[in-house]
Amino acid sequence: MPVTTLVSYSVQRVEVMDVEGEVDASLMPELSSERIAALYEVMVLTRVFDERMLKLQRQGRLGTFARVAGQEGAHVGAAFALRDEDWMVPAFREAGAFLLRGMKMEHFLQYWGGDERGNVFPEGVRMLPASIPVGTHMLHAAGLGWAMKKKGERSAVLTVFGEGATSEGDFSEAMNFAAVYQCPVVFFCQNNQWAISVPYHKQSQACTVAQKALGYGMPGTQVDGNDVFAVYRAVSEALENARNGSGPALIEAHTYRVTDHTTADDARRYREDAEVEEWRERDPIERLGRYMKKNGLLDDAGETAVHEEAVGKVAEAVAVFEAMEPPPAEELFAHVFAEITPPLAEQRDRLLRRLEGGE
Amino acid sequence: MARLNMVEAIDQALRQEMDRDDTVIVLGEDVGKDGGVFRVTDGLYERFGEDRVMDTPLAESGIVGFAIGMAIGGFKPVAEIQFSGFVYPAYDQILSHAARFRTRSRGQRTVPMVVRMPYGGGIRALEHHSESMEAVFAHIPGLKVVIPSDPYEAKGLLTAAIRDPDPVVFFEPARVYRAIKMEVPEEQYTLPIGEARVVREGTDLTLIAWGAHVRTIKEAAERLAGDKRCDVEVIDVRTISPFDAATVVASVKKTGRAIIVHEAPQSGGFGAEISAQIMERAVLHLEAPVKRIAGFDTIPPLSKLEDLYQPSVDLVVDEVIATMEF
Repeated sequence: MPVTTLVSYSVQRVEVMDVEGEVDASLMPELSSERIAALYEVMVLTRVFDERMLKLQRQGRLGTFARVAGQEGAHVGAAFALRDEDWMVPAFREAGAFLLRGMKMEHFLQYWGGDERGNVFPEGVRMLPASIPVGTHMLHAAGLGWAMKKKGERSAVLTVFGEGATSEGDFSEAMNFAAVYQCPVVFFCQNNQWAISVPYHKQSQACTVAQKALGYGMPGTQVDGNDVFAVYRAVSEALENARNGSGPALIEAHTYRVTDHTTADDARRYREDAEVEEWRERDPIERLGRYMKKNGLLDDAGETAVHEEAVGKVAEAVAVFEAMEPPPAEELFAHVFAEITPPLAEQRDRLLRRLEGGE
Repeated sequence: MARLNMVEAIDQALRQEMDRDDTVIVLGEDVGKDGGVFRVTDGLYERFGEDRVMDTPLAESGIVGFAIGMAIGGFKPVAEIQFSGFVYPAYDQILSHAARFRTRSRGQRTVPMVVRMPYGGGIRALEHHSESMEAVFAHIPGLKVVIPSDPYEAKGLLTAAIRDPDPVVFFEPARVYRAIKMEVPEEQYTLPIGEARVVREGTDLTLIAWGAHVRTIKEAAERLAGDKRCDVEVIDVRTISPFDAATVVASVKKTGRAIIVHEAPQSGGFGAEISAQIMERAVLHLEAPVKRIAGFDTIPPLSKLEDLYQPSVDLVVDEVIATMEF
């Protein structure tokens, strides 16, 4: 009666570029200078946009939103690996991915400013709107992946969520369904180590998020989430495997939320500044900038130019956003059903009559 | 014309709609080889294969959430929840996602799907197999809630539900499944979602129900007519969301009296909504207070006490007489 080992596993962590911008050439993903420059520009734009959004929120011109500063390496790096024919199913902390996928900044502001019309993507952009309930949207990615596979498309789905979401039951169901039906889905966890005030060790006793993949029969890998090359490399590979019919994968981007959870949060209530400062030194944009300077892809003047260009683009978008008219009252009822039902038509008409002073 | 029970009528509706439209996919627990625990999907697996009749992992939220993704991806999933008592893990997906996608994407992403499930008591079942919680679904904006009362209705309403561009929850009264057979046309047909049906015309009082209790109120009306007590109009609501107030109100304006019958708990049940609609639109036509005959606000009892819980023909007859004598 021997005891046999049925399964054993190891979890790998991938780092390509260190804090100083030095890369391991053997792990460096294939990216042209132009693509690296484009990646840098989107990351800088995302940072500038995020900072401007904070100011708008503090001035009362924007509602509550979740900041992304410090996590550009993770979500922008992942979205950068997508092709047009792929889908993205986001959570709510992926502003840079929205911009990268073709969402206009003014529409992003429109949504977070309280006008749902800002959720409409340009025609052909394969992305779902932000999902506010934590950890329930990954099932949509699994079903969408099934649909792409069933149609015979060579496309994959990238879904993004935080480590807090991995405690939700729907995370387990999504991972399981995707694996059982071998759906082309990449589950991308931005493990920023804080779910509002709850640190990772209180969220889970698993050493890594990545290892959770093993329980569902799919590969799981951790990457340095502030190393945009490591993220891009891992996500590109996983997406390509998915497109090729090899099924889903889980990638954990080990990163950190240097900001508050949302604009309504004050993180100083529950964590030490020293920890935050330590992570600020691992900033993903500065790291990429150092790499580019070392490799002749960027100089100080270029750095300033990229920043100024981003500031200009954001200013333009904010101007467009601020000139937007609020939605007309009819919009309240316009898209509840494909065709308005009699009870809703009656409620709409009652509101409109009142607004017209008829009642 | 073939005489079918409700199980056979629903099975036929699914088969014909899957024949007509390649994008219709049936998924759920045991719906494949087993044909479903009630045999509603009998024969579909053999005809359409495992890609279109999918045995899923045992996870209700997973079934509905996955189906949402399928629908956004261009398919028309018909998800089966084995019993309505087990739908609640999926309630979040239905309420927070299926019902909202059209609104929050301004029509860009839509979820044409059906979630069908047996519900209701009267079948001497074990715990969690007799609930009638339709009102908590009718309260969800962006969702349609359809409840057929007999095999003919089930086939036509389910076909319409599958073709509907919006998410539909389809409650199948388990006690009707094999209780009655009736003539059901072989060819496909649809019945309108959002229109109540006058089952029997009458002049003195309007009885209103849906699902299994349409039969209860019909029998009560026939007994009252046979006894020459009064002439009762019978309405099958069919879809509690969207609710067809116009048909109900027109009837009550004619009869001056209304009783709503449902087995769901009385407080906050859909009968309360119907009563309120009648009060808002027809109060001056009323000869007596609008009454509800409903389940008690208790956990549905097990079999030994079930008959005390379920509205009965006798109870409906007595309450009609009391209302007539008000």
